[in-house]
Amino acid sequence: MSAQTKEHGHGHGSHGSEAEHLRFYTKIYVTLMVLFLVSVAGPVVGDLVGSKALVLFTAFGIAVVKAYLVCAHFMHLNIEKRYITYLLTTAVVFMFLFYAGVSPDVMEHHGRNWKNIAAQGEVKRALKEHSEHGGHGEHSEH
Amino acid sequence: MQKPIATTRSATTIPTGKLAVWWVLASEVVIFGGLLCSYIMHRLGHPEFGDYAAHTNVWLGGTNTFVLLTSSYFAVRAHFEAEHGRGANAAKWLYATVGGALMFLVIKSFEWTHEIQEGLTITKNAFWSFYYVAAGLHGLHVIGGAVIMLVVAADAKKNKELQRVELIGIYWHFVDVVWIFLFPLLYIAK
Repeated sequence: MSAQTKEHGHGHGSHGSEAEHLRFYTKIYVTLMVLFLVSVAGPVVGDLVGSKALVLFTAFGIAVVKAYLVCAHFMHLNIEKRYITYLLTTAVVFMFLFYAGVSPDVMEHHGRNWKNIAAQGEVKRALKEHSEHGGHGEHSEH
Repeated sequence: MQKPIATTRSATTIPTGKLAVWWVLASEVVIFGGLLCSYIMHRLGHPEFGDYAAHTNVWLGGTNTFVLLTSSYFAVRAHFEAEHGRGANAAKWLYATVGGALMFLVIKSFEWTHEIQEGLTITKNAFWSFYYVAAGLHGLHVIGGAVIMLVVAADAKKNKELQRVELIGIYWHFVDVVWIFLFPLLYIAK
């Protein structure tokens, strides 16, 4: 066992008893389960009442909270050396940079001097097919 | 027997083995992050993706979310036992975690079999390409994690190399976090 692991204990009060630590983990697990149920039920309710904001919040907002709980308390990022947080943050920043750089060309199908004819055609074809047959789409658009 | 250098050397005051796991995960953030970002930008630019996503099975995806979250709890219990020097107990929790991994894969196989029989294959359209690549890459990580966990558990049972229980646990929680985002993207957002 690493010295660091011993030194840090479980990240939520190293003086606490074993039973307290186990209770804490169980509490996090139960919280994750409750959030999971909300993330499944929320979009159903959101669809019923026609609220897109409720669907997005319960599906993705809660996913972020669940990921935070797992990272902070199960992966112990809350007590890990800052170096690790900086390392992971750098990777996440690169991910957003990629998104910011590429998404305008993918999300938009036309600009001032260009048109993505293939994408426009595929959207038109797929939506038409869906309205006629409720199908899954026959042609690929890669 | 001489101990591996990863267990004895420390850089940046973090044991080298643990540091290596975090570096692997940082690279995984870029791999899965790039894939998910690509999916999100296509999803936002192609309204028809919502119709395709309506064919994924929310109940099976939800069951797998439950299974992975539970297996993450088992992994943290394994780490807890290892930290207190109880290798045999840590091994038991690791085996339980592997059980979760197997259950996840069985459910996924059932789900994919049904979808492929319906004609929803990887070449059907861009949505299904993303679906199979993202879920498939994640599934490969589940298989890899389960195999490593069995190796770590075999040592832990003999009270050897207990620090590795924490390392495989960190990896496993990451696999769980990836699924936490895949689930709403592929199953919920219609």
